[in-house]
Amino acid sequence: MTVLFGTSLPVGPADAATAPASCGRTPAAAVTQRPSEGSVHSWDLSTGVDGPGTRFVTFLAGCPLTCLYCHNPDTMRMRSGTRTSADDVIAEARKYTRFISASGGGATVSGGEPLLQPVFAGELLHRMKHELGLHTALDTSGFLGARATDALLRDVDLVLLDIKSWDRDTYRHVTGRPLEPTLDFARRLADLGKEVHLRFVLVPGLTDARENVDGVAAFAAGLGNITRVDVLPFHKLGESKWDALGMPFTLHGTPSPSARQVADAKAVFASRGLRAV
Amino acid sequence: METSNEATRKVPAMTATPAETTMHTGAWDGFKGGLWRDAIDVRDFIQRNYTPYEGDAAFLAGPTERTTAVWNSLTDKFPQEREKGVYDVAYDIPSTITAHAPGYVDRDKDLIVGLQTDAPLKRAIMPNGGWRMVAGALDTYGYPVSEELEKVFTEYRKTHNAGVFDAYTPEIRAARKAGVITGLPDAYGRGRIIGDYRRVALYGVDRLIAAKKEEKDELNAFPAGGRSLEETIRLREELAEQIRALAELKAMAASYGHDISGPAGTGREAIQWLYFAYLAAVKEQNGAAMSLGRTSTFVDIYLQRDIEAGLLTEEAAQELVDDFIVKLRIVRFLRTPEYDALFSGDPTWVTESIAGMGEDGRPLVTRTSFRYLQTLYNLGPAPEPNMTVFWSPRLPQGFKEFCARVSIDTSSVQYESDELMRPRFGDDTAIACCVSAMPVGKQMQFFGARVNLAKTLLYAINGGRDEQSGAQVGPRTPAPSPGVLDYDEVMERFDAQMEWLAETYVHALNVIHYMHDRYAYERIEMALHDRDVRRTMACGIAGLSVAADSLSAIKHAEVTAVRDETGLATDYVVEGDYPAYGNNDDRVDAIAVGLVEEFMRKIRKHETYRGAEHTQSVLTITSNVVYGKKTGNTPDGRRAGEPFSPGANPMNGRDTHGYVTSALSVAKLPYEDAEDGISLTNTVTPDGLGRTPEERIRNLAGVLDGYMAVDGFHMNVNVLNRDTLMDAMEHPEKYPQLTIRVSGYAVNFVRLTRDQQLDVLNRTFHGSL
Repeated sequence: MTVLFGTSLPVGPADAATAPASCGRTPAAAVTQRPSEGSVHSWDLSTGVDGPGTRFVTFLAGCPLTCLYCHNPDTMRMRSGTRTSADDVIAEARKYTRFISASGGGATVSGGEPLLQPVFAGELLHRMKHELGLHTALDTSGFLGARATDALLRDVDLVLLDIKSWDRDTYRHVTGRPLEPTLDFARRLADLGKEVHLRFVLVPGLTDARENVDGVAAFAAGLGNITRVDVLPFHKLGESKWDALGMPFTLHGTPSPSARQVADAKAVFASRGLRAV
Repeated sequence: METSNEATRKVPAMTATPAETTMHTGAWDGFKGGLWRDAIDVRDFIQRNYTPYEGDAAFLAGPTERTTAVWNSLTDKFPQEREKGVYDVAYDIPSTITAHAPGYVDRDKDLIVGLQTDAPLKRAIMPNGGWRMVAGALDTYGYPVSEELEKVFTEYRKTHNAGVFDAYTPEIRAARKAGVITGLPDAYGRGRIIGDYRRVALYGVDRLIAAKKEEKDELNAFPAGGRSLEETIRLREELAEQIRALAELKAMAASYGHDISGPAGTGREAIQWLYFAYLAAVKEQNGAAMSLGRTSTFVDIYLQRDIEAGLLTEEAAQELVDDFIVKLRIVRFLRTPEYDALFSGDPTWVTESIAGMGEDGRPLVTRTSFRYLQTLYNLGPAPEPNMTVFWSPRLPQGFKEFCARVSIDTSSVQYESDELMRPRFGDDTAIACCVSAMPVGKQMQFFGARVNLAKTLLYAINGGRDEQSGAQVGPRTPAPSPGVLDYDEVMERFDAQMEWLAETYVHALNVIHYMHDRYAYERIEMALHDRDVRRTMACGIAGLSVAADSLSAIKHAEVTAVRDETGLATDYVVEGDYPAYGNNDDRVDAIAVGLVEEFMRKIRKHETYRGAEHTQSVLTITSNVVYGKKTGNTPDGRRAGEPFSPGANPMNGRDTHGYVTSALSVAKLPYEDAEDGISLTNTVTPDGLGRTPEERIRNLAGVLDGYMAVDGFHMNVNVLNRDTLMDAMEHPEKYPQLTIRVSGYAVNFVRLTRDQQLDVLNRTFHGSL
């Protein structure tokens, strides 16, 4: 027996769908469209992990990166999501606005990589902010930052930005992609004066070299808009998802960092004047 | 101070410590006057004299050496008590207010004195509730059963239990035996009556006796004041009993060297007087829940006066509170293993209601509100007293954050919506047991345990036959058509079964409370109430989520009953998906709401003893495990014997969008149709609240603000790691004080049965993933 939980964002008519922007499209091409649908992996309510307070988090499906330690590999492929209209996402979120407003939370658009569907993500952020009156956050790797229009960013109160490594080779090894677009996006956010919480996943033997951590820290400290750095200890709780998807998980033998290692990494950020937690 | 206080100065300050009496020329010296001086009106006294505190927790003091030594001398005894089930029993003295000689934890060190018997953790016997329970418990724990007492309580003196079974109908007995109505207080004390113990501190016993005599004299005519003849006689007898109990209270205090005929003159005396009054209640009544009321802000007025007069330091004030709480932590009752299976962990529900907002908009938070919670640090976490915070988004931020911090560190606090209670019950309301609100000294309830709605639904599918025994228990309704169950058809049968259940249930409660008043009347508790109290008939439902999900399955998926050769449905085949309660999905949440409304409507149809107003709760305590054991396979896919979810919680694991979504489903249940309370238990991991201690505190306070903003009523908050609980199951000796909140109360985890421990462990742990 299978049990269907929640309304699960009912699928709209297939012919009404506009194909979400793919990796190859330019932002300019994407912005001319107003798709009423996107590929949504799931939604959830979380507290304290996807931005401040209790938040309505929409996980969009599909990601251009293939991070070795990804704990949600089931969100990597856009086709694994459900075509869902923005109306339905907003209707679901609306059920929580009283709670969220009273609790001091907001809405986060996450993924996957939300900027893989920049028009849909932009529509969600716009409506979360203006229709529902919620504080908004965009959770992104920054790799597709160029696709985020200034209009989209105006609807974002906070960016949760992952910089996965400072060392270029390591970044490519971990994510399968180059680092530079993320740094460009970070500089652009700084120029716009947009508040950013930086995230850095500490993986022993992979990203924890002192010079690697300090590279990220020095860069971040120079931006001036980073109000917090989350040093996230690598964990293997997503391991079973890789197995279930028949995808090879290569970090079986990698341990989680010790409390000491985490504290050391935080200290590196702190030494650059950043608030690391 | 007002000049009109002159009169009150004549009230002699009766204290046992001469040094303290010299500091106040009158016990009420320094208090602002008002109605409270001329009538018994504690709320008025509080409103005119309390000092709201809007700061943070920085002022609090840690435990003194004395406090730690006293507490350790008790905790040293806990392993033996846990091992044996009881530490000791005063097996041959039926307990009354004055039956036992004075007892002390440590005669030289106790600041607040008084024990239920002559030694700590020594349990009393209270046979007025029923002799069989006493004899059974003594037998279980290896104590002799006195032949003489047995003769008294079986031949000469009738008990509550005996009375109830004289009047029960065959139908009630059958429903009780099948477990469709269960947990009834027909074999144990009903409890859930809160004496206004503060009255003794504020007025002294003599004044209270005089007021009761006046109340009785108003009833000198037969019949008196619109009452029936029988009601008049009963009330006169009850008032006489109340007056007698007050005199005994005075005598009991005197045995400890305290004269409490007059008002308390100091903070220490206020706590002591108040505690004596509460102690008298727990010496005489083995009630399921023996709640304390709303005392912290009242006590604060006295402590504040002493501090301002230079008589007390913060450390000394905290020490008094700590010693008081130590006494409340060691209240014990002698109970049977059957009772323990239902309400596990030796609970006493010494519920203390803290904070909330006043009707005038000032927070009822004082420094002593903080001090009470601080005991969870000074003495370590504990299930009792059942610390209950009346939460409002308007509470001062410093207090909110302290509460959240205490919850995160101790999992020992529950929260109830001040915004839902205050408009209905006023701002001097307290919780009895877990979630039952009542204005202190003005309202009491007839506790009615609960019915099993999930089982009732099975009766609808089985034409009133019990799915486990096959016996005809409910009315003979036609079986639904063969094949896939039709929702409307099942609902029609269900409606008929609920109709029968409500009627049988209210009749059972009428019998129980008639007999309880007659044979085990709560003399001292009612002496600390106004004469003309509001009474509620507190019904309850269990298995709400199972019933709602089962109906959702029948409505939204295809459910076929598997019947045995006698036609009894013993299992169900479910094809397709159905929305489950706990996901903020109206398609099923509306079914749950409908059940609450409909059962309340059916309850209200039936006449109640003493004209009590009908209410109901959605609460199970730990009985969700026992109810589950007594219920067969259900159409939601739940297997026979599997525990129900506790209280109003969604079923384990079916709420897949986190605890906020789950809570929003529960918040839809209408408080106006469940005024005896709706219980939700949430267990989150620390990571599920945020990454730093500060943000966890802020976020938890935010979650509580959010829940109350959507009209949620009650939230138990556990902040725990699964690993901790698993380790505690294997190594209980390492976790003597590990406390977790279960539906409406808190327990020592290591004192739960293994079944219940597993139930807690398997219950949805809402983490960060």
